[in-house]
Amino acid sequence: MTELMAQERFEQAESHALPIGAGERKVLTFTIGRESFALVIDGIKEIIEYSGVTRVPMTPAHLRGVINLRGSVVPVVDLAIWLGRPGSSVGRRTCIVVVEVEHGDEITDIGLVVDAVTEVLDIDAADITPAPSFGTTIASEFIAGMGRVKGRFVVILHPQRVLDIQALGRF
Amino acid sequence: MNMDDAVRTFAAESRELLEEMEAALLTLEQSPEDSDLINAIFRAAHTIKGSSGVFGFEAVEAFTHVAENLLDRLRAGRLGVSAELIALLLACRDHIALLVEAAVVDEPLDGAGQAHGETLLTQLRGLLDGGSAPTSAAPAAAASETASETADSWSLKMNFQPELLQHGFDPLSLLRYLSGMGELVSVQRTGVLPPLAELDPELCYWGIDLTLAAEGLTRQALESAVEFFQEGGEIAIQPQPRAVELAPVASEPAVAPVATRAEAAPEGGSQRPPGWRTSGGKSIRVDAQKLDQLINLVGELVISGATTNLQAQRLGDERLLESMSGMSRLVEEIRDSALRLRMVQIGETFNRFQRVVRDTAAELGKAITLSVTGAETELDKTVVEKIGDPLMHLVRNAMDHGIESPEERVAAGKPSHARLGLNAYHDSGSIVIEVSDDGYGLDHRRILAKARERGLVGPNQQLSHAEIERLIFEPGFSTASQVTNLSGRGVGMDVVKRNIEALRGTVEVDTTPGRGTVFTIRLPLTLAIIDGFLVGVGHSSYVIPLDMVQECIEVTEEVRGETMSDARYINLRGEVLPFLRLNELFDEQRRDLTRENIVVVQYAGAKAGLVVEELLGEFQTVIKPLGPIFAQLRGVSGATILGTGEVAVILDVPQLVQAAAGQAGVSHNATVH
Repeated sequence: MTELMAQERFEQAESHALPIGAGERKVLTFTIGRESFALVIDGIKEIIEYSGVTRVPMTPAHLRGVINLRGSVVPVVDLAIWLGRPGSSVGRRTCIVVVEVEHGDEITDIGLVVDAVTEVLDIDAADITPAPSFGTTIASEFIAGMGRVKGRFVVILHPQRVLDIQALGRF
Repeated sequence: MNMDDAVRTFAAESRELLEEMEAALLTLEQSPEDSDLINAIFRAAHTIKGSSGVFGFEAVEAFTHVAENLLDRLRAGRLGVSAELIALLLACRDHIALLVEAAVVDEPLDGAGQAHGETLLTQLRGLLDGGSAPTSAAPAAAASETASETADSWSLKMNFQPELLQHGFDPLSLLRYLSGMGELVSVQRTGVLPPLAELDPELCYWGIDLTLAAEGLTRQALESAVEFFQEGGEIAIQPQPRAVELAPVASEPAVAPVATRAEAAPEGGSQRPPGWRTSGGKSIRVDAQKLDQLINLVGELVISGATTNLQAQRLGDERLLESMSGMSRLVEEIRDSALRLRMVQIGETFNRFQRVVRDTAAELGKAITLSVTGAETELDKTVVEKIGDPLMHLVRNAMDHGIESPEERVAAGKPSHARLGLNAYHDSGSIVIEVSDDGYGLDHRRILAKARERGLVGPNQQLSHAEIERLIFEPGFSTASQVTNLSGRGVGMDVVKRNIEALRGTVEVDTTPGRGTVFTIRLPLTLAIIDGFLVGVGHSSYVIPLDMVQECIEVTEEVRGETMSDARYINLRGEVLPFLRLNELFDEQRRDLTRENIVVVQYAGAKAGLVVEELLGEFQTVIKPLGPIFAQLRGVSGATILGTGEVAVILDVPQLVQAAAGQAGVSHNATVH
């Protein structure tokens, strides 16, 4: 049963593998370190200033802790560490991107710490190429594709694989 | 109320009635003379029959009808209570339950279910036919004489209560039912519709006069057909006279003369006939979701109260502080009463086991009496709902493996009748549930041998008795040499433990070889709100459930001097108190190197110390779940929002202490692969 569900989820994930669809997709671009990343905007609820994060003890480094989001307790993931990059210190432009994630029948919110939010962009399917098999700074399974924006590349993250609650909570 | 809601209400009510019926039947077995019990059973069956008729659930209605006839005979004293009869009625109850569930989801019963129903019907009819013979011979009472009155044609005059439709009665269903009994010769509408402006479409303004022709139809058959509707109005039944109109025989108040009621009913809706159900009871039915919503809101109120309190203290205005303290008290009271709304007695859960024990004992050929104590102990409905399965497992396990056969018991010098106990009581903010038996007790040698065989324990590892007993909660552990259909597949105790831990509870086992075993489950009273004790560790604040806090000790030079630098215990008034340094465990930088406090916590009889830097005082706190990402985290039970808006983590003291014990290398956990 669980396997079946996992399989289904995997297939769903596959269908999202390249966010091509019809014409343009809206993405949020942000930076971690000096690299640009993008996330399809569909699941993004809001972007808030980084503050008031409470550490949860005895958890791995990619879990920064929890915040109070209007009365609910929302976990905060350090996206840099989760993607396998060195963690960065909190700066003036550090933000938490709150995204909705499906987990079983439930929808939960997760906060993602990013160094700075850049902009919301429309990326045309024609400008998206598959991820190279090597040469990127993060594991290729986390990448849905490379988008070309104004002559530069942004790494489009694979939402289902990056925001896999089970993987995030495995420690 | 739409139809789905109505069906759901029907299902809920039927389940409740069936539960009452079961309890009454089981009690009846002990005291067969109790006519109140018989009446209660009859009423339950009768109501289910009636309401299933209203919904057109014919299968339920038809079966229940036969069972009801038997109950009627029991009620009239024409049938004696016997073990066989109780067993049959219990089986009928189960079948009705099955039929109700099938009807609610609108699916027919499977073949086996139907065949079982037929068998039961045959048994019921056998008893009914056997019992009916003396009836005809015996001089029956006047009432039953009219009941057996027979005619080929009957006149029915029905005057309904205006609220009929609002109460979920459908006169058409009655007509449909009657048309199945014979030929509807004439159907006449009576009553007057008000002018359109005054018409309330939810009221029933009409009555029905009808003539039903069927050969040899008895009054009793008709009465039982319309019986349910007599709660919704007046129905007068008369044999259709050939020549002269006879005065109706008022044998029961329900069959009242037509003339007096005919005028009263349409206008005087408030005037209720004696059979009408009155709603003025002791309790009302509330949607559980509404309660949850209320409790959530109260939770928010508690948090916002704490925030306001903080602001007031910051401002330091005397009058504001005074009014705040008054309000805080009220908020606390509101919180307590809101939570109490969701509190239910555990007795209902316990009572379900009467049947389980009765049936299982019979199946196993063991004589077991269930004794229930502390049934009035209350706990949160959300906890009650989730405790049924683990309890069921423990009870079955005790009967299957814990209790000996009567012969073995006698040979061991024990009474052949075994005792299984369910007990509940409150203890320091928890509810404690005990499942005890007076059977074999756990065999330490066998458990240890099994654990070695499974590789759970090293061959030379020495364990204390308590540690050995704890082994039965390991995954894949079972000492039953024989696999039965009840338990013994080795998937059980670890599931029980996991389910209970998911409720922030613990389960422990205590055994005396040859004398019996006691499983002790401890659960929090509620999953929503707790009184917390806030402590500071490094740069963070943590909440310790106040119920577990015994006292706080400042670590002075004197205390420190007594302790060797490496040891993790202090001398607390002559007692050894092991302690945990939270800053080390949580990897927190100490902010204040000079001050340290020990919070002494007690849980399930054991004491431990938690070393913290600051004591920030007690406050009431709403438990917020940490979410699925933290599902695997041990030692933390949730989070809460402080008055400042910050989140603080709530510590799970038993898990923390357990983890610490595991780290010290004395527990078997270290060897579990």
